[in-house]
Amino acid sequence: MSTQHSRTAARAMISPAVMLLLAWMLIPLCMTLYYSFRRYRLLTPERQGWVGFGNYENFLTNPAFFHALTNTLLLVGGVLIITVVFGVLLAILLDQPIWGQGIVRILVIAPFFVMPTVSALVWKNMFMNPVNGLFAYGAKALGLQPYDFLSQAPLASIIGIVSWQWLPFATLILLTAIQSLDSEQMEAAEMDGAGPFSRFFFITLPHLARAITVVVLIQTIFLLSIFAEILVTTNGGPGTASTNLTYLVYAESLLNYDVGEGSAGGVVAIILANIVAIFLMRMIGKNLDA
Amino acid sequence: MARAITTRRKIIVTAAAWTVGLLIFFPILWTILTSFKTEAEAIADPPSLFFFDWTFENYGVVQERSNYFLHFWNSVVISVGSTLLGLAIAIPAAWSMAFVPAKQTKNILMWMLSTKMLPPVGVLIPIYLIFRDTGLLDTRSGLVIVLTLINLPIIVWMLYTYFKEIPGEILEAARMDGANLRSEILYVLTPMAVPGIASTLLLNIILAWNEAFWTLNLTAAKAAPLTAFIASYSSPEGLFYAKLSAASTMAIAPILIMGWFSQKQLVRGLTFGAVK
Repeated sequence: MSTQHSRTAARAMISPAVMLLLAWMLIPLCMTLYYSFRRYRLLTPERQGWVGFGNYENFLTNPAFFHALTNTLLLVGGVLIITVVFGVLLAILLDQPIWGQGIVRILVIAPFFVMPTVSALVWKNMFMNPVNGLFAYGAKALGLQPYDFLSQAPLASIIGIVSWQWLPFATLILLTAIQSLDSEQMEAAEMDGAGPFSRFFFITLPHLARAITVVVLIQTIFLLSIFAEILVTTNGGPGTASTNLTYLVYAESLLNYDVGEGSAGGVVAIILANIVAIFLMRMIGKNLDA
Repeated sequence: MARAITTRRKIIVTAAAWTVGLLIFFPILWTILTSFKTEAEAIADPPSLFFFDWTFENYGVVQERSNYFLHFWNSVVISVGSTLLGLAIAIPAAWSMAFVPAKQTKNILMWMLSTKMLPPVGVLIPIYLIFRDTGLLDTRSGLVIVLTLINLPIIVWMLYTYFKEIPGEILEAARMDGANLRSEILYVLTPMAVPGIASTLLLNIILAWNEAFWTLNLTAAKAAPLTAFIASYSSPEGLFYAKLSAASTMAIAPILIMGWFSQKQLVRGLTFGAVK
């Protein structure tokens, strides 16, 4: 039961947070929209003017855009599949009674706490480097030709690095969910003659549905904006082979100094992220109500 | 569980789990070990795991050459500063949403969540230009502001889920005994809320420490935290593995330790309370 007085106080306490977030969203958003219709290059700032949809036309017809879009989808999709599949398997493994469970858990979670620039550089230089990297030693020891991961399969290599960073997150959430599974239900199924596979597909997996949804939603938000990993490993290259949408907009605006086209790209990125977000929010909403 | 687990099975599962765990952890272990090697040993063929001449010299060299502790201190100021500022704004908001829920409370919370879906690159240009024109570019205060706003929804959500668990009857009882709003917060709520606030603090320091979009785009030499400083090793400098490893080890060590303490809260915080 709340009094009028406490309700006013409550509103006063919420408003700073709401106002700040509103400002943080609206002001830059309006500015991005504004610039996206303007000609504005940082190198020739005096030549400004309205250009209608010219920036959008340039951005969308740039062949790099199509590459970036495909790369973004491959990056997000690839990492999601790897982390969810291996996350489920790892969660089941770690749920078993084992010696030193706490320590194994700590080992598995660790990559999540490594800052993106460090993990990208460590993988790039110390593992994937074709001359002195650990993988190159391995290949040479086996009598194989060392493979130059980041120039021959840049996107796949980045997917690998990012999956290593996010696997702990998926595992941790799925493990938390799996631990709430009723063991008596499992035993009953086992006594009724259900094999390990049907137990997995008919009990464990449905139980994990909600947690998997949450993992997909949250990882998608972060994966759409992957930036540092690309910046320090490949700079989006070779060519645009590993450029995603985030990196393309960055390159357009802060490397080519084209504020107008960069802004148009930003608006496109926002629209695409919103399509994904609506889709995912509906999915998670259904799951959360159930 | 009533089922008896055979020792044989336990041994096999333990071996499998440890193998996978060590495999996942290996890149970190390798980085830490390499930081104690000389540059020659770091690229020795065949590479050695433990049997080399241990040296601390890389740590000294990294500090000497690049003023490492300036960047370390930048990271501390930015992550702790933005977290404290965020808590100051979020605690009152989460408190009132949890204890004086209104009709729009759920909507406000969902809206806050939706602001996290805005891709940062969509607002990169305006923020960059505003920062350039107000002199906030490459300053610690600029980054504190940005990271506070970015993490504010997560802080509010996390605190909200913790505060929700505090029984409302206690507040009513306090009110009956004549407690006013101030003493309600000070003597009843605060002691019960401290654990939740502490885990929120921990998780947010971790997130802010590792944030690598805004820190890379809004800083140069002066205010660069470790994320941006390490990125400078993507030049040929990064081929000095021992020094790269030493710089990396120092950058991740504090967060690894904090992270291990906060693994339970991590789940709740990053899933906005959807998984506990």
